[in-house]
Amino acid sequence: MSGGGVGAGRVGAGGVGAGRLVVGGFGVLVGLYGAWLLLSRQELSQVLDVAVWTVAALLLHDVVISGLELALGAAAQRVLPWTVSGPVAGGFLVLGSVTLLAVPVLGRFGAREDNPTLLDRDYTTGWLVLAALVVVAVVLAVLRRRRHAGDTR
Amino acid sequence: MSRTLPVPTEERFTSRLRSPAVAARIGLLLAITFTTCFVTGLISHYAQNVDHPVPFPTSPAWGYRFTQGLHVISGYAAVPLLLVKLWTVFPKLFQAVPLGDLRRLVLHGLERASIAALVGAALFQLVSGIMNAAQWYPWSFSFRPSHYAMAWVAIGALLVHVAVKLPVIRDALLGDVEDTTHDRPSATREGALSRRGLLRTTWVATGVAVLATAGGSVAWLRQVSVLAVRTGDGPQGIPINRSAEAAGVTPEAVATGAYALELVNGATSRTLDRADLEAMTQHTEELPIACVEGWSATATWTGVRVSELMALVDAPDGSDVVVTSLQRFGAFSTTMMQGGFVEDDRTLLALGLNGEELSLDHGFPCRVIAPNRPGVLQTKWVTRLEVST
Repeated sequence: MSGGGVGAGRVGAGGVGAGRLVVGGFGVLVGLYGAWLLLSRQELSQVLDVAVWTVAALLLHDVVISGLELALGAAAQRVLPWTVSGPVAGGFLVLGSVTLLAVPVLGRFGAREDNPTLLDRDYTTGWLVLAALVVVAVVLAVLRRRRHAGDTR
Repeated sequence: MSRTLPVPTEERFTSRLRSPAVAARIGLLLAITFTTCFVTGLISHYAQNVDHPVPFPTSPAWGYRFTQGLHVISGYAAVPLLLVKLWTVFPKLFQAVPLGDLRRLVLHGLERASIAALVGAALFQLVSGIMNAAQWYPWSFSFRPSHYAMAWVAIGALLVHVAVKLPVIRDALLGDVEDTTHDRPSATREGALSRRGLLRTTWVATGVAVLATAGGSVAWLRQVSVLAVRTGDGPQGIPINRSAEAAGVTPEAVATGAYALELVNGATSRTLDRADLEAMTQHTEELPIACVEGWSATATWTGVRVSELMALVDAPDGSDVVVTSLQRFGAFSTTMMQGGFVEDDRTLLALGLNGEELSLDHGFPCRVIAPNRPGVLQTKWVTRLEVST
C-alpha cells in the first residue's frame, strides 16, 4: 500500500511500449495464478487467515513502523546536530532492520523442550554484541564527521 | 475544542532521500533477492511434490542444500532492502486521489491495488518465512501452500510494478544518484545522510542481516551468525528438526520385538527386524541433510542401500517407493521416494550416524538418507517400504 502511481498517468498517456504491456499483462496472469492457488488449496478459514496476516503486516509496516521512523527522524533532527544525526540514522537503520528479522529468535517463540537443537544460541547476548558493534561504528562515524565538519558545512 | 488530525499529504514529505533515484537502486537489489527466493522456492516446492513428471536429479548431493540455503539467506537479505525501499516511497501512500477524472481515477486505483498486492505479498512472504525458519507458527493456515501461492502473487505484482515504472526505473538507474528529474517538487531538503550514504548504509544492513543469520546453512559462518536459528550442532553432530516425542514415537514402539520393517511389492512381501538389517551389507556415505527451513549439515551415514532392500521383494528397476514412518503426529509420515532416488547407490536406509548407532531422535531403528533431497523427505523411524502402484 506504500506508494501509488506516478506511473498511472503515464500509462494513460499512450506512450506505453508493447514490451511493457506484455510484461504487465503476464504479471497480472502470474498474480491471478497465485490467487487461484491460494483459494483452491486450503479451507476458506485458512485463506482468511492468510488475508488477516497480510493486512496485519501491511498495517504494522504502514502505521507502526513508518510512524516510528517518522517520529524518531523528526526528533533526531530537532535534537541532534548534523554531525551526529547522520551516523545515528545509519545505526538505527542497521540495528532496527536486523532486530526486526530477529524477533522470532529473540522471543524464542518456537522453542520446544523436547528439541534443544532448535534456537540453541544465546540470542540476547548475540544481539547485545551486535548492538555494541553498531554503537562503536556510529561513534567512529560521528568523530570522522566532526573532523571533516569544517570543510563539509 | 476540536482540532482536526493533521492528515499527511505527499508534499509534506520533504527529504530528498525519498527519491526514485534511491528507490530504483534499492529496488533493483530487492528484485534480485525476490527472484532468487522465487526460483529456489519453486525448486524446493517441486522437490517436495509426490509426482515428478521431470525426475528430480539426485546429483549433486549438495544441490538442495545450496538452493534452500540461498532461499533463506535471500529472504533475510530482503528485510533491510524492503524496509528502506518502502521508506523511500512512503509519501506516495498519501498521493492525492484524482477524483474529478474517471479514467485517471480508475488507473490510479488499479495501480494502488497492484502496489497493495505487491507490498502485502512481499511482507507476508518475509514474515511467514522468517517465522517458519524459527518454527513459530501462531496461525491456522498451512505454511507450504500459503507461502507457495503468495510467492506467485508477489512475483506477478512485481512484474506489473516493473512494467508500470520501467521508464522511471531506466532513467534513475542510468542517471546519477543525485539526479532530481523524477523527484517530487517538495523533496528538496538535505537529509541527515547523503543519498550515497543511505545506499551504503542499506548495503551494510543487508550484509549484517546475512552474516548474522547464514551460519545455519554456511558452516564457516557459524561463529558470527549470532541470530541463526540453529548452531548446526546436536546429538551425534547433527541438529534435530522434529524429536521422537513430538512425532509420537516411543522407545517401546521401536524396541526389539515390537519393531518390524515391511518390504512390499504387490503380493510379495518380507518382514525384517533391525538385526536382519544389520546382517545385510553395510554401506557408508557422506551426505548432507538440508532442512526446508534453511539449515543443513553434513554427516557420515551407515546403513543398507534402499535399492538392495527393494530387490529382496523383486521390485522392478526404477519403481517409486512409498515410505511409511512410525510417526503419529505431523506432516510427511508417508512420503514418496521417486525411482531415481531408489536406484541411486548413495540412498540408504541408515542405521548409524557419524560412527554411532542412530539415536531415537535421529530416527532409530532406521531412517532414509538420500542425496539432494529436502530434509522433510529424509523419513525417520521407517517401518514400511512399498512399491508404488
